[in-house]
Amino acid sequence: MRLPDSIEKLRQRLFGDTVRTFAWTSLLLLILLAVAPAKHYFADWRVYQRGYQQLISKRSDAVTLRRHFEPGIQQIWLPEIGVVDRCTTCHTGLKEASLADVSKQPYRHHPDMPHKAEEFGCTVCHRGQGAATSVEDAHRATDAWDEPLLPAKYLESSCGQCHQQDLKGTPQLNLGRKMLTQYGCIHCHTVKRPDGTVVAATDDPPSLEHIADKTSREWIYAWLKDPQAYSTTATMPNFKLKDEDARDISAFLMASSTPGPDAGSKVVPAVLEQAKKLKGDATLQTKAASLYGQSFCASCHAVQNAAGNLVGGDIGPELTKVGSKVKPEWLQAWVRNPHQYDPGTAMPRYRFTEQEVGLLTGFLMNKADADLLANVHLDAATPEQIEHGKRLVSDSGCAACHEVNGVKRPENFAPELTKVGSKPVAQLAFAPGVKHTLYDYLDAKIKQPHAFGAGLKMPQYTFTATQVDALVNALLSHNERALAMPAAKTVPALPESHYEAAGSAGKLIRDLNCFSCHMINGRGGEMAPELTSEGSSVQRDWLAQFLRNPNTLRPALIRRMPKFNLTDAEINTLTDYIMTVYQSPKVDRDSMPLTGYPAGQVELGKQLYYSKYGCQGCHIIDTKQDKGYVGPSLTHVGSRLTAAWVYNWMKDPQALRAGTQEPKRDMSDDDARALTAYLMSLKGHDAMEAKK
Amino acid sequence: MKKPIACILTFLALAFSAGCARHDQNGFTALKPTAYGAAIVESSGGKQSAAVGTTLHDPLVVQVNDEQGAAVAGAPVMLQGPTGVQFEPVAGLTDSSGQFTSNVTLGVAPGRYQLVASTTTKAGKSVELKSEAIALGYQEMLGSRLNDQYCARCHNQDSTPERVSNYDNLAVNPHLFTEGDTLNKMSDADLASIIAHGGPALNKSPLMPPYGYTLSKSEMQALVGYIRVVADPPYGAPGIVYAQK
Repeated sequence: MRLPDSIEKLRQRLFGDTVRTFAWTSLLLLILLAVAPAKHYFADWRVYQRGYQQLISKRSDAVTLRRHFEPGIQQIWLPEIGVVDRCTTCHTGLKEASLADVSKQPYRHHPDMPHKAEEFGCTVCHRGQGAATSVEDAHRATDAWDEPLLPAKYLESSCGQCHQQDLKGTPQLNLGRKMLTQYGCIHCHTVKRPDGTVVAATDDPPSLEHIADKTSREWIYAWLKDPQAYSTTATMPNFKLKDEDARDISAFLMASSTPGPDAGSKVVPAVLEQAKKLKGDATLQTKAASLYGQSFCASCHAVQNAAGNLVGGDIGPELTKVGSKVKPEWLQAWVRNPHQYDPGTAMPRYRFTEQEVGLLTGFLMNKADADLLANVHLDAATPEQIEHGKRLVSDSGCAACHEVNGVKRPENFAPELTKVGSKPVAQLAFAPGVKHTLYDYLDAKIKQPHAFGAGLKMPQYTFTATQVDALVNALLSHNERALAMPAAKTVPALPESHYEAAGSAGKLIRDLNCFSCHMINGRGGEMAPELTSEGSSVQRDWLAQFLRNPNTLRPALIRRMPKFNLTDAEINTLTDYIMTVYQSPKVDRDSMPLTGYPAGQVELGKQLYYSKYGCQGCHIIDTKQDKGYVGPSLTHVGSRLTAAWVYNWMKDPQALRAGTQEPKRDMSDDDARALTAYLMSLKGHDAMEAKK
Repeated sequence: MKKPIACILTFLALAFSAGCARHDQNGFTALKPTAYGAAIVESSGGKQSAAVGTTLHDPLVVQVNDEQGAAVAGAPVMLQGPTGVQFEPVAGLTDSSGQFTSNVTLGVAPGRYQLVASTTTKAGKSVELKSEAIALGYQEMLGSRLNDQYCARCHNQDSTPERVSNYDNLAVNPHLFTEGDTLNKMSDADLASIIAHGGPALNKSPLMPPYGYTLSKSEMQALVGYIRVVADPPYGAPGIVYAQK
């Protein structure tokens, strides 16, 4: 092939003779050889280290900073936990507190953290390629990189690798873990902690063995189609069932249901009569509404108000449309004694009179939504439909959460998630449009499970963006690194408390389900005060009076202790048990007298209360003058608390109730004693009237 | 014999242009507005704070109005923010009530983020609305949590039935943490001192109790960090310092 003339001329000039050829090739070789040292000189980390030196040279503390700076590749090597991190090669200012104002990376000062980088390295928390020395390799590199840097919103997941207990500084992780146990995830997916314990569910999906007693087939159909249409707070996810599938499942559930232990036996016609009467009787309605209010049903159950906002607690199900769901015969039996239908329920057994049962049944049956079932018309089920429904129930894994007659609870229904946080990206099947990282996969899988394939069984949850982020955090924390972490570096989960109170009082405590709201010896809810040390804290007479008629100490609260209508004998049993068993090892109830403090000490205490310690900012004693709404009212604290408890509380409230808002003061013994004397002199109105 | 070279050149040119053709679609150009407004105002979602890299709890809602102040449906809205901020969606048309709603995810740098919402008028002019969000770093998040637990009952006026604010009940009203005019003038050491030793430490109200025996030193520092980041006007600078990349 002949080259064009001009190029031919150039070739002649450059490579015309041997000397020229030799000269040009030598030059070329030289340039090529120079690439290596140049690459070395312009390596990312050298550029950054030079930049850092420039940055600190202009600062007032340049000398100190320069002394701390170590040039060359830096490495944190921790063979025990598999860390080889060279991040500090470029992130040179991590430990320099004086660089707090520098926002330019990679020089920014690392915020205060509970661990030292020398002990844990960087990638344990941040992921990324620790051994890399270029920006691209260390942080991101390509798609499908197994260890990309974790985005900030998922950082808390790394704390969860070692800390199996909730931490104060990881709200997202705590929420995610709670959701994992609360939304039924682990009924299908097994999740094991590094110590081998299995994460246990905290929700209690209802048994469907006697479902026909409770509700209608039409309601089951509507619920299966869209649980959130019945209640926006429903935790059951949407399985996106076809009409005929929902029809057949509802047919099977009704057909397989057996009569419950209370079916028919406890139906009181008069009660149902009264419930029916309520519909047209305004006086009865008001009476029922006030009974609902007095019983503090709203402490656990929410109802949507006219503005569409949910008002009430979330321990029990939402009751906005309950009248469209349950049968009145079932409801009246439930209101009378919920334990009979569901022995594991969180609802207490109120001691309602038959008239009250009727009122509440009628009141709740009135909470109906006519539109909910208006378009549901189901023909009588055929045996084929029932058979198909049964197959669907076992295929969809309904029995993983609910007890269903004739269908066994499936084992390992869904993949185990013990190592989900380190699953190689190559093993994941991504939906179109999802970025190829593990966390984007988890996020998309929770948000849009059906985008990953039509046949997938994972149901559609209705979570907010924050909830999904929290859940991804919790999932990412279950990974290989967590499993390989040496035991000395980990904080295992608190063993689950199965505490039960003994004897007849224990029976009462179970009957009233005190654990639903109160924590005792590590078991129970957090809505109400912990009772583990209640016997050291309160006086017996007050406790008995409170159980008879619970008046809240904090007038502003909506959620309050309900009145259970206990008998005197029951109150005695409970009071005796609490006063004897639930004592604090830190407070000796009898070490200080309840009365008889000298007037001078009381007066001194009063002055300290109002001037030096400013207690009126948070507490009310004089209802006309004081306005503090933060702490409990102290108008009759002298007849409520024991003097020893008050004194110890003055000395260190956090020691008696961790996390309480009241701060510890540097209070002298004399001050604490005087304040105790003053507070113990406040016996309440009854006592004052008696004096007059 | 120039043909092969020409062929190669054409191929290269084609490959080059094909490589360049793949650029991010700007949602704005794809919009087909049916109406235009004259002004854009914020309905809700401004001045929120959240941890860095997370989505704000409430979406940002802006409204497009015409000259008379009536809401305009079908008007174009586009959102912009500093590097790292993501909007879902980033642009769109206002709904039937004239509003446009977008979820905002903050960037990874702690600090203030200026969010700009803009719409086009009939004349093709762009009208802007500036809103703000605060990204809390680890330190500030810690402070924010402590604020919820110990401070907010008195130092915040927001009242809910479950948590009634104690602000108005106090003989001397406490400073809201957003009161930059006052709090910005106090040094970190003074703030930490009041937290640790109570109001009387700086001759202030004794109703502010000391937290020095309850909180650790780093917890108090975190609180100061939180107070600084929520201050309005912002702390530490004439003019606002926005988070940079």
